[in-house]
Amino acid sequence: MAESVQNPMAPSGLSRTMAHFWMVLGVIIVAFPIYYVFIASTHSVQTILRPPLPLLPGPEAAANYGEAFSGGVGRIGGVSVWLLLGNTTLIALGIAIGKIVISMASAYAIVFFRFPFRMACFWLIFITLMLPVEVRIQPTYKVMVDLGLIDTYAGLILPLIASATATLLFRQFFMTIPDELLEAARVDGAGPWRFFKDILWPLSLTNVAAIFVIQFIYGWTQYLWPLLVTNSNEMNTIVIALKKMISFADADTPWNLVMVTSVLAILPPILVVVLMQRWFVKGLVETEK
Amino acid sequence: MARIQLQDVRKSYAGQQVIHGITTDIADGEFVVIVGPSGCGKSTLLRMVAGLEDITSGTISIGDRVVNGLEPRARDIAMVFQNYALYPHMTVRENMAYGLKIARMSKADIDAAVAKAAAMLELEPYLDRKPRALSGGQRQRVAMGRALVREPAAFLLDEPLSNLDAKLRVQMRLQIRDLHQRTGQTTLYVTHDQVEAMTLADRLIVMEKGVAQQIATPHEVYTTPATEFVAGFIGSPAMNIFDARCEDGAVLLPGGHRVTVADQAVSGDVRLGLRPEDIEIQPEAGNTFPIVLRSVEWLGADAFGYGVIENSDTQVTLRLAGNTHAARGDRLHVALPGDRLHFFSPQDGRRI
Repeated sequence: MAESVQNPMAPSGLSRTMAHFWMVLGVIIVAFPIYYVFIASTHSVQTILRPPLPLLPGPEAAANYGEAFSGGVGRIGGVSVWLLLGNTTLIALGIAIGKIVISMASAYAIVFFRFPFRMACFWLIFITLMLPVEVRIQPTYKVMVDLGLIDTYAGLILPLIASATATLLFRQFFMTIPDELLEAARVDGAGPWRFFKDILWPLSLTNVAAIFVIQFIYGWTQYLWPLLVTNSNEMNTIVIALKKMISFADADTPWNLVMVTSVLAILPPILVVVLMQRWFVKGLVETEK
Repeated sequence: MARIQLQDVRKSYAGQQVIHGITTDIADGEFVVIVGPSGCGKSTLLRMVAGLEDITSGTISIGDRVVNGLEPRARDIAMVFQNYALYPHMTVRENMAYGLKIARMSKADIDAAVAKAAAMLELEPYLDRKPRALSGGQRQRVAMGRALVREPAAFLLDEPLSNLDAKLRVQMRLQIRDLHQRTGQTTLYVTHDQVEAMTLADRLIVMEKGVAQQIATPHEVYTTPATEFVAGFIGSPAMNIFDARCEDGAVLLPGGHRVTVADQAVSGDVRLGLRPEDIEIQPEAGNTFPIVLRSVEWLGADAFGYGVIENSDTQVTLRLAGNTHAARGDRLHVALPGDRLHFFSPQDGRRI
């Protein structure tokens, strides 16, 4: 009784049980395919191809992972998993950091500086929301070819770092900074660069973390663009490599290694999310003011 | 330390003039309070001195140097903001040191300056806290400290106490007065609170609608307000101001009452101003006019009566003694104090 007085929304026993039931069910539905990938990565190709697939880890884990790590995986042109992971990390980091740099700089300009056509610039950035990479893929590809950026990291990263979304997020955050803070900094003698470095950046850290997580995963899971601008196997990302490992005939596909590679492809984003989770949530729900 | 001179300072926003030519000379070490109702342009004027707002025309000089085009940092001023504007991610120490750090002062000098200011403001126990972990009064003191460490030519304060509760406000008011006496810093202080204005100022600038209505000492502003606006704005409860007519050494009051006044030089229609404490209650009629009390507010040391002049609807506030027995419905006989009457022109509100 006392409890229900304190919190009229507190669920009763039955509804609490039901809520948990649905949540557990949801978790199982979401997590099961990932679990299945992991299970499959511990069995031999033969076991995987002969249904039903066991629900418990098999004996081949060490062999599968060992082969994936040491021997170049034949299907993906003799490129080691390490290089693939390295490529993907570099691209995901490049995209995430590039996006943060570009969008912070443009949001800073739009919010804190008065220049002609300021609002025009803002709207120009804003309408690019309607032009994702997929829409402008042909002209972008042409530009990359003309600049000789095919099969380079720059070609993989640059077209993806302009981001209206992140610019808008930073703009919204910057607009919540009280004017007096800027004025106090001006009276203290801080120029635009010092204000950014000493005050805006530290205050933006949680937002930066949130955007970093989102954009890192965005960069990590890129498929279409890397597929277009890379020809050589050395430039492949892990997602592209996964695609290349799978051939049309089931029997030709080293499913055990595909599963290992999948697990490896999932791990880094999970790691980023887990490590930055606290910051991420903070950045989305609160700001230090 | 320096004097601040304003020479016909004006400000317009998109053709709309908000500051109408203010000229004044603030002496070295003087404490000047700009006071006025909200929207009168007092903060704008202060921000123009600080360099946070452009000056449309006129000149502002600080320490004999025209600062019109200078950035705030080049003006050698420090400012305290209404919401304190402390850097939330920095400790108290870092907040206070930030300006000095930018000025490339040596670490030892910065530490010494911060320690000195912290001691003056009793902030030593909080130096390593973030502003979030401080109370309102402490934050206010940090904001003061941040300004103090700079040892600027002039100290600008924009409603620094208005976010504090009443008790703390009184405390901080005394502390500000005390600090000013110790440092002798030229200070420009903006407030809408007339008690703050009266108690702190060496000189007041009373503003209304972008015009400096009167620039004078608190005493002068109180005893000889230059305009009807100043008369009504300064003083609490506010001065009674109503239409009257002067003729033949007498004042004709609303309700048809006629009271003779000695040495009466004014004649014609006027706005008559009468402070509540200047109203003299007489035991019986005789060159007086009657006021009918509508309510009495007893405050302890004294009481305020609110009534109307008989046969009119002109409301009058008057101060009564603390031991008064006056009550609602009483009819009081009131005399006019000949030497403490304020006459204002009904046309432009200026003092006659």
